[in-house]
Amino acid sequence: MKLYEYLAKGRLKEHGIPVPPGRLCHTADEVAEAVKEISPAAVKAQVLVGGRGKAGGIKFAETAEEGRKVASEILGMNLKGYIVEQVYVEGKIDVEREFYVSATVDRNERRPLIMASAHGGVEIEDVEDKYIVRRHVDEAFGMSSYLARDIAAEMGLSGDIKEQVAQIIQKLYEVFRAEDAELVEINPLVVSQGKVIAADARLNIDDAALFRHKGLPEVAEGTELEQRVKEIGLAFVQLDGDIAVMANGAGMAMATLDALQHFGGRPANFLDAGGGASVEPTAQAMGVLVGMKPKAIFVNIFGGITRCDDVANAIVQVKRSTGIPVPLVVRLVGTNEQEGVDILRREGIDAFREMSEAAQRAVAVAGEGR
Amino acid sequence: MAIIIGDETRVVVQGMTGNQGSFHTGQMLAYGTKVVAGTSPSKAGQEHQGLPVFASVREAVQERGANASIIFVPAAGAKDAAFEALDAGCKVVVMIPEHVPVQDSILIVEYARFKGAVLIGPNTFGLISPGKSKMGIMPNHIYKPGPVGLVARSGTLSYEIAAALSDAGLGQTTAVGMGGDPVVGQVFNDVLHLFERDAETKACVLVGEIGGSAEEEAAEFIKTMTKPVVAYLAGRAAPAGKRMGHAGAIIERGRGTLESKRLALEAAGATVVEMPWEVAPAVKKLLG
Repeated sequence: MKLYEYLAKGRLKEHGIPVPPGRLCHTADEVAEAVKEISPAAVKAQVLVGGRGKAGGIKFAETAEEGRKVASEILGMNLKGYIVEQVYVEGKIDVEREFYVSATVDRNERRPLIMASAHGGVEIEDVEDKYIVRRHVDEAFGMSSYLARDIAAEMGLSGDIKEQVAQIIQKLYEVFRAEDAELVEINPLVVSQGKVIAADARLNIDDAALFRHKGLPEVAEGTELEQRVKEIGLAFVQLDGDIAVMANGAGMAMATLDALQHFGGRPANFLDAGGGASVEPTAQAMGVLVGMKPKAIFVNIFGGITRCDDVANAIVQVKRSTGIPVPLVVRLVGTNEQEGVDILRREGIDAFREMSEAAQRAVAVAGEGR
Repeated sequence: MAIIIGDETRVVVQGMTGNQGSFHTGQMLAYGTKVVAGTSPSKAGQEHQGLPVFASVREAVQERGANASIIFVPAAGAKDAAFEALDAGCKVVVMIPEHVPVQDSILIVEYARFKGAVLIGPNTFGLISPGKSKMGIMPNHIYKPGPVGLVARSGTLSYEIAAALSDAGLGQTTAVGMGGDPVVGQVFNDVLHLFERDAETKACVLVGEIGGSAEEEAAEFIKTMTKPVVAYLAGRAAPAGKRMGHAGAIIERGRGTLESKRLALEAAGATVVEMPWEVAPAVKKLLG
């Protein structure tokens, strides 16, 4: 889960990383008050989309009046599909230099990775590899101060700035561990009047670890429908085609989309009904697919833990309650296959054995393909 | 031969008395896996599925000679369970749970390295050496003994491919689930090393996915392999994966896409097929 900038900065500050003074505001009046204390100030929309500045989500104010004016412009605005409900009023800083530092997980090494560069700022993705310092941390032993100093030195820094950056790197790693982060990124980390300050920060918390971090405000991501399906507990992504898809297991769901596309079809969604879905969630998932009003529905199940009879019963349940008003193609093999096929047959639904045949059929009944 | 598990594997099931643990203990026993004990702190001293339930893995090792553990405890307790198994001397630890915090997984991987144990998962379907032993939740009937080494990220997709291989008369030495999480014990590279050394494995199948760069890493090793490798990569039509700020983009630097994986694998000499049902015919062709 991504944290809003103000929360991310709050976490950095708790761990002793310098951040500009700031205050979260919900109304133009609050912003006017805040700007009286923090001036000159940047008024920043709190939404989780990149490129806020360019889209008009960051404006500057020196007086309460200016604060009120820019706040009324930003609050309520639609920023790339998100309505701005809160702004962060933050002291504007004079930037002398911009650095980049982050802590993340290196999936290949299976260790935390610190990345740092003296060439920071928004263009970091274009910085050449040779200007990016990468060091792994042995999580069993943690971050040592020598390692942090090493990284700062390798960035090409010296003197007091090097010392400050080294301390920040050490604390960055503390944040990474303490907050169960997938990513902590300070970009840019700036030098302003001799002080190194985190000017912008990103903190993504591992969803799987949220049980250890209660009380965080939930940030809704994705479309309304995606959020609704997420509440059922299923992985779901909307796509722009018109064949609704359900499969079990993420890999299988991806392969199913690939197969449809291979035969010229256009999948409407990615839906992983889970490796061991029982009747009820499967029926709910089917209900969602029906509600999408697709041209066809393709169910592709290879029963492992998932039992084919459970899937068949879920389909029958939906057919009897809400009806399935579009062509349905089912591919069903694996555990309790015969039971599942029989249940469907009694309802007049045929099931395929071969994935390729079933995918072709789904594309054909949707009126697509070559 | 097979890799990682075989006739000598003696399994303790951590969390044996829960729903999943209980069901899959039965399935493993039915397959012929030498399951020797289970653990459950609250049900120690009882019998379950005809096996003794101990309070700790250490007792299962001492009293029943367990040398491998499969973990079915909830994600929040998975790290502790894994440490317990590694500490008790289990040389193979299979972690079924999904949603294990990644920082826990990093520590588990480190500890497994330190103990010289093979860690499979978390978020894996496990592994199976057909005809010998299985530690996992895969269906029993789709595998056959034979010459193909199979390694996959994803469960159901690998079942699909294993079943197609078996139907084509291409049995497997071992099928290994790498696990779907960002941080897992054994990656493609590690498993391919084992298959390369295994005398009975004549060809390898790699079932990869978009995201991460384990496939690209594997390609580096495939260059040096003497055995043919067939790869299927899922995710051609999939939505772009979760992009982790700039850091993700910098780490991968253009890797992690399906195209980069395909190019890397092909350059290494692997046969990359487009659809899952093309895997078995491709293996058949390579084995002649």
